[in-house]
Amino acid sequence: MSSGDTSMTTDVTDPRELEGADPHTGERGDDPLLEHGQEIDPVTGHITTGHDWNGIKELNTPFPKIALWALIISVVYSVITWVLLPAWPLGSTYTKGLLGVDQTTDADAEHARLVDLRAHWREGFASDDFAALADDADVMALALPEMRRLYADNCAACHGAEGQGRTGHGVGGAQGAGFPALNDDEWLWYSEPEDIADVIRVGINSDHPDTYFAEMPAFGRDGMLERSDIDLLVPWVAGLSAGTSDPDSEAAGIFADTCAACHGDGGTGGLESGAPSLVDAEWIYGGSEQAIRATIWNGRSGHMPAWEDRLSDEERNMLALYVAGLSQAGAQ
Amino acid sequence: MVLRLHYNLEKMSVGLVVGIIVAASIGGIVEIAPLFTIDGTADVPADMRPQTPLELAGREIYMREGCYACHSQMIRTLADEIDRYGPYSVTSESVFDHPMLWGSKRTGPDLARLGEKYSDDWHVLHLLNPRDVVPDSIMPAYPWLMSPLDTRDIGPEMAVLATLGVPYTDEQIANAATDAAAQARPDSSIADGFADRWGDRPALRAFDGDADEVTEMDALVAYLQSLGTLTDVAWQNPAEEEGE
Repeated sequence: MSSGDTSMTTDVTDPRELEGADPHTGERGDDPLLEHGQEIDPVTGHITTGHDWNGIKELNTPFPKIALWALIISVVYSVITWVLLPAWPLGSTYTKGLLGVDQTTDADAEHARLVDLRAHWREGFASDDFAALADDADVMALALPEMRRLYADNCAACHGAEGQGRTGHGVGGAQGAGFPALNDDEWLWYSEPEDIADVIRVGINSDHPDTYFAEMPAFGRDGMLERSDIDLLVPWVAGLSAGTSDPDSEAAGIFADTCAACHGDGGTGGLESGAPSLVDAEWIYGGSEQAIRATIWNGRSGHMPAWEDRLSDEERNMLALYVAGLSQAGAQ
Repeated sequence: MVLRLHYNLEKMSVGLVVGIIVAASIGGIVEIAPLFTIDGTADVPADMRPQTPLELAGREIYMREGCYACHSQMIRTLADEIDRYGPYSVTSESVFDHPMLWGSKRTGPDLARLGEKYSDDWHVLHLLNPRDVVPDSIMPAYPWLMSPLDTRDIGPEMAVLATLGVPYTDEQIANAATDAAAQARPDSSIADGFADRWGDRPALRAFDGDADEVTEMDALVAYLQSLGTLTDVAWQNPAEEEGE
């Protein structure tokens, strides 16, 4: 370990020039911090580690003060929080902390406060007097953001963000699944908010014991209609919405015998049976001849879940009014 | 003086190793110790049913496709989550989940209570191409899910889960592959055996709309439709769940 490199000639870096250094060796023997074998780097004035790796030496700089204080403060902070907040596990329980903080009770209390804030307008929706609710502009204005949120979270996935529904395509199975539009004036079941609320409550073809039930049989697959009859029926049904179907044709007779019980005379629908009108321009499963053939051959059975367990009376009533409103807005 | 102690410790490799082990163990013990008493903190709810073979297969697909990376299965203790999803999730709801799939990131919505919220048809369309039903969705499409389901691993997986405390009977494990197929084929001859072994609570439907073939779609939709339907414990006594 050489000290005082004599080859260095610059005055400022010469350890012999440093305050208190031996003018010959450069060592600062009187430095109380300097232990035996330690040396001071002439450039920085720091102690080195004392090792020499092929002429390279490592500074032994002190631990940065800011990091040291950060460490001390965080240790102190954690001790304080151990005392104040829930912290250490103790078998099947834990240290509760002096502040008694519990996220679950906090959340329940905050939720109760939310419910309380809305109660003055929301409680009105527990009543079935939809006409009075719809006429109360103040309550409806307060409820509208909530209605939009409920619709977006629960209904929009199938019926579309604007209630536009979705026309199925393809042949059979879920690939052809269609979801009825809610923003038109055509209803499979009922158009009044109190009835819509009930449909939302129990669903259609759902698991609910009181569910609405509607199924179009597989007339072709199950042999209820001859293939030749279906061949006649398909173009006739496809022409209904354009008004090009002949009401006196043989197909009309097949329709009257087989289809009219659910779809109404001439396919006008409106029987509140879950069977759609066939004379309007809306098609749940597609209006092409191919899609209609698939529908008649394989049958159709949509599924709307029951919302009785998931949504409260107030929420379902809000949605019923909102959905009825979509229809009125769309019809205008 | 503390720094001097550390300075000297750094020079003794064995002492430093021991010090590192002690320091790291504290963090580990704090995380692991509660698991030794997990049986006392997370009860099995009385109405809890384990997942069926088809639902388990769907759960494997859920993990395979990385659904948990964007969907959580835990309703947090926050007022607006309670408002949207219902009571916050409690430990007992996940007592049969190995591993649990709570997740920590929500790019999509929470799925803890997804079961029976939407129709099977919707799930199939949505998984095949989310944009078909949710135009502004950024979820990837999973068109390959219509491929046949491999049911060979379900039985062994159930046997492992049984050792972890999931109450699968030997009969249920032995018939796992058959019952996985039966749950998606409601009118088949094997459906009766499924009802005998699993009761009437699990849904027995052609989840993908096709009752002839059992696909990965059947399994995943069956799993998604089971989420949140296994127990009603969160609605019963949420306060009692928390470390009493």
